[in-house]
Amino acid sequence: MKARVFQKLIGKYMSEMGAEVYYQKFHPEGNQFHPLHFFSGPDSYTLLDNVSCASYGVNVAGIIRAPRGDGKESIVLVTPYDFINGGDYEALSLGITGTLFSLLARVTWLSKDIIWLVADSRYGDYRPVAAWLTEYHSPSFKDSDLLKCGELNTADKFRRAGTMAAALVLKVDGRSERFEDTLSIYAEASNGQMPNLDLINVVNYLAVHRQGFYVKVEKVVSLLSSSWLKIIGEIFEAVGKLAHTLNPDWNFGIPTADYLEGSATLASSLYSQALGIPTGPHGAFRDYQVDAITLKVSPRFPPDSKTRQHDFFLRGAKLLEGTIRSVNNLLEKFHQSFFLYLLTSPSKFISVGVYMIAFALLVASLPMVAASLYIDGCKALNNSTLNPAGNFKSWKWLDAAKQVFALHLFGLIVTLLPYFICQVPGQHSPSNRSIMWGTTSSSLLLITFATIPGCSPFSSRRHGTNWAVLKSVTISAAFIGLCLMSIINFATAEIGALLLVPTCLIVQPIKPALRSRRIKSLLGAFCSMVLLTIGFPVMLFAISKGLFGEGLVGLSLGGEFWTWLESLWAWKSATYLYIGMVHLPCWLLCLCILFHPS
Amino acid sequence: MASLIRSWIPLLILQSFLVAIAFGSKEAEEFSEALLLKPLPDRKVLAHFHFENRAPPSNSHGRHHHLFPKAISQLVQKFRVKEMELSFTQGRWNHEHWGGFDPLSSMNAKPVGVELWAVFDVPQSQVDTSWKNLTHALSGLFCASINFLESSTSYAAPTWGFGTNSDKLRYGSLPREAVCTENLTPWLKLLPCRDKDGISALMNRPSVYRGFYHSQRLHLSTVESGQEGLGSGIVLEQTLTVVLQPETTSVETNMQPSWSLSSLFGRKVVGSCVLAKSSNVYLQLEGRLGHESKNVDTEIEAHKLWKNADFDLSLKPDRVLRESSSLLFIFDIDKSSDSEPFDLGLTWKLPSKWSCQQAPLQATRFLMGSGNERGAIAILLKATESQEKLPGRVVTDGRCTIKANIFQIFPWYVKVYYHTLQIFVDQQQKTDCEVLKKINVSPSTDKVSSGMLEMMLELPCEVKSAAISIEYDKGFLHIDEYPPDANQGFDIPSALISFPSHHASLDFQEELSKSPLLSSFKEKSLVRSYTEVLLVPLTTPDFSMPYNVITITCTIFALYFGSLLNVLRRRIGEEERFLKSQGKKTFGLKQLLSRLTAKIRGRPIEPPSSDSPAAQSSFLSSKLIFKIILVAGAAAAWQYFSTDN
Repeated sequence: MKARVFQKLIGKYMSEMGAEVYYQKFHPEGNQFHPLHFFSGPDSYTLLDNVSCASYGVNVAGIIRAPRGDGKESIVLVTPYDFINGGDYEALSLGITGTLFSLLARVTWLSKDIIWLVADSRYGDYRPVAAWLTEYHSPSFKDSDLLKCGELNTADKFRRAGTMAAALVLKVDGRSERFEDTLSIYAEASNGQMPNLDLINVVNYLAVHRQGFYVKVEKVVSLLSSSWLKIIGEIFEAVGKLAHTLNPDWNFGIPTADYLEGSATLASSLYSQALGIPTGPHGAFRDYQVDAITLKVSPRFPPDSKTRQHDFFLRGAKLLEGTIRSVNNLLEKFHQSFFLYLLTSPSKFISVGVYMIAFALLVASLPMVAASLYIDGCKALNNSTLNPAGNFKSWKWLDAAKQVFALHLFGLIVTLLPYFICQVPGQHSPSNRSIMWGTTSSSLLLITFATIPGCSPFSSRRHGTNWAVLKSVTISAAFIGLCLMSIINFATAEIGALLLVPTCLIVQPIKPALRSRRIKSLLGAFCSMVLLTIGFPVMLFAISKGLFGEGLVGLSLGGEFWTWLESLWAWKSATYLYIGMVHLPCWLLCLCILFHPS
Repeated sequence: MASLIRSWIPLLILQSFLVAIAFGSKEAEEFSEALLLKPLPDRKVLAHFHFENRAPPSNSHGRHHHLFPKAISQLVQKFRVKEMELSFTQGRWNHEHWGGFDPLSSMNAKPVGVELWAVFDVPQSQVDTSWKNLTHALSGLFCASINFLESSTSYAAPTWGFGTNSDKLRYGSLPREAVCTENLTPWLKLLPCRDKDGISALMNRPSVYRGFYHSQRLHLSTVESGQEGLGSGIVLEQTLTVVLQPETTSVETNMQPSWSLSSLFGRKVVGSCVLAKSSNVYLQLEGRLGHESKNVDTEIEAHKLWKNADFDLSLKPDRVLRESSSLLFIFDIDKSSDSEPFDLGLTWKLPSKWSCQQAPLQATRFLMGSGNERGAIAILLKATESQEKLPGRVVTDGRCTIKANIFQIFPWYVKVYYHTLQIFVDQQQKTDCEVLKKINVSPSTDKVSSGMLEMMLELPCEVKSAAISIEYDKGFLHIDEYPPDANQGFDIPSALISFPSHHASLDFQEELSKSPLLSSFKEKSLVRSYTEVLLVPLTTPDFSMPYNVITITCTIFALYFGSLLNVLRRRIGEEERFLKSQGKKTFGLKQLLSRLTAKIRGRPIEPPSSDSPAAQSSFLSSKLIFKIILVAGAAAAWQYFSTDN
């Protein structure tokens, strides 16, 4: 009841401003796992047949029409608000947007329509915005039971205002730890897509230079106190200073603190992009090619202090007004080339032209090593082989390719297994499900090893595939996988390459190394063992949890891993596909090479 | 009573004069001006300027006219235009608040930008040529890029969906055309008094363009004389419709703002245009007093109409006409002079609320889907509240139906799949034959012609909503087809929704009026509404990319050829001999080091005392290579450390 009253109150407030108001009902259930929906666009609004009126959310939206505008474009303002137990901070965000909205209703400079969406955040921040966007862009003209629920009649009008130029999500939460008001910018959308950099720049510029906010982006806090990074930073600082003394024009040295900050931010940026999960409601906009960011403002005073509230409203609304005005005055779209970047601070970034070099250098070694290994392997085969079938010389790699293909197929099946496990009737805890998944996968792996000859690392036949050729094909497969992934989600490919490339390069059969007892080969074997242990996805997950300060959790790790993966596929993250179809098979192949009988 | 008679006498004289003219063999050219003011429910005021210029069929003047603009008559003669309408519009007509079922809105609510349609009186094969020439002529005449309508990709030939059934009709619109004073000035030049005198003197540019809606329209039609040897007469109708927001001082939000002509326009009317046959100002008040006192004969009653508890007019109307739901006050501005300018004001005393009559269905159009590959266009028709009361329902076979025509042009880069047309009526999907009465499709040809869709829907009267969706693929444009403007996206022109069985007209009970404005209102006009213009983002190549590629390629070429030439040009043996002849100069590591430190310290290198050209070139090359290595090394190191954490 309270929620309805609030919604109507906000609606009344908006219409008094002169806006067109409507209410939109939506279902809280959103993300379902569909195995083949990874790269498809946002699916059309599929309504369930048996809609229950028990739980549904209501978004309130108001549109200000630009007085002289042509109505082709619009700017969206979103404030998530929990209508039932929204706190003081959420009310502050409503206050700021409301202040701004009443101003925009009166100004004459608008050329794009303004939409204010008060998203019902009882069911999370993302879902209401996504539901509203689905209704905006792909409504179902069919009859839906949802419209009949409740006393609030929403069937009459869902209004639209043209193509969206940009969207801003405003949230106020928590008190700032610093002396100034803090503004955090969240930009990562699904699969590492980023909004146009210009939008971030505009907000950052206005916030820092006009309104005096302290602007920050997410960073990995644990990196700030890591000593090895500090040492590197100090070295850089020293080198920079030295260079400056040599030639006063060389100013590339940065202080250690800046370096640490930048690295921590970069790591976080890379991680959020690689994960492929949007960091806020702005992610829903990216699915429709709308540039959007979330602004999270933390005031420096407690929310109930009335005296400071006024000043805070003023500055928050001024910041938003400036941003809206900048977008409003643009006759064109944002320039198309500023979508690929990694942030190192709110005002600094690494563009695609620079960060691609690192990845290219990392990956470039793979084809060369593959070629040299192939030549070596062929020579070895020719020397040792018994059958003089010289005419089949060029098909040496076929056996190895079979094995590689089989394991990739296995990877694909393992990737799809969770979908079927989800269909298993009955309620299961995540740990049970992960156990189910683990047992089916390992039994499948055993079957694969048993049925496909020469596949198993434990077979004693000496005339199996030569390990060098196998390694060569593995490396080629890893190379192709990484290159493909770098197109889809660069950050995933980058992190994946950091793990996969050393493993693939260093791995060698352990038996000859143990037999030879030379320090160099023993060291190599040890390194490959360590890398392979780290490379196992579950292990990796545990380590990354530890790195982000959450610690190892023992037996429930399986359950957590399952939940993590579930979230990945629910958000249609391509990282899930990468882990299942590139990382896991390559890791298994490396394992095969390590235990190769030769 | 006496005053009434006194005001009647000149009118009677005028009328008899008119009759004399009408029956005489030679009609004179006539010009009349009028201004209609109408307060709108959302606290705005609509001002509608109407100028009519008639040139009767005659050949006595030859090619000369007294009042009629020569430019227009030449246009008509040269391109044999039978009927034509050109409109320049800025802003959107608010169908909800400003009405959609009166002649004013159905004629003057135009799509954003420029809209042009014309019917020609030429053989079918010459219609396109005439159209192209006409667009160029108008483009020059009105300082607008109407000539873009020349290309066959931007206009269409509607057959019946537009309302006028003719196969010699051409229709085109430019949604992106910006409208400003440069378009208004040539339009004003067509008036005999320009904006110097009469009603048009009110058109103060800043106040006219400050409005919420601005539409200037030019409509001309030829009148066949029917007599042998006589040419055809032309009727030129020029209208300017603006919606203004009166400035208010009152804080009450439910109180309608009071205004006067001088507060709206910043100017006053000082006398009428002397060349005008009639010049009137009308004030239309909607939704009041429609049913109250039937007879307005008595002085007190008439007085009550314009000075009452609700509102107060600053001037006494010359006449009051009533319509079913509105009142029309007529003012004659002939009496005003320099000393006593005509400044009509309306003061509201009590808050009042009314609503405008709306079209039976309200249309909105939007784009669906995401991505740069495909999408869908949807047109949504929603029943309005006034739908029930409207006349114009057709009962066929015992079913009450509303007819709606939809006319839509698709530019060729929006490749519409007409088979994907889906129609939903009240959330139920209908097959085409159920609701679709007539359909006419002309598909687009890539880069040659635009597509067109005309359809007639027959919806049941109790319909609440109807939706039409049609899918399309986004096309790829050739590099020179991108406009040189900022890349905003591409426009799909407005669709036209018209209701062939509904006609809007204002029926004033008194038959006294001979004013062209009122008679144009009296004619039954088709109820139409235009939908929004849509913006389709198409895939746009990065046009700076070729530049980048060229720069990089040139750099590589320069490096490659530079070093290659260097290698080829160098004669090692000759060099060695030369060096030996130079004596025992140390050209070794030491010198290189000194050079390096000098370079690092950024100081100019001291000129070597004797440098041969060959040595110079070798040094250049080594310097170059050193630079490249340094830069590459630094970049690699930076990359490695910035990502490897």
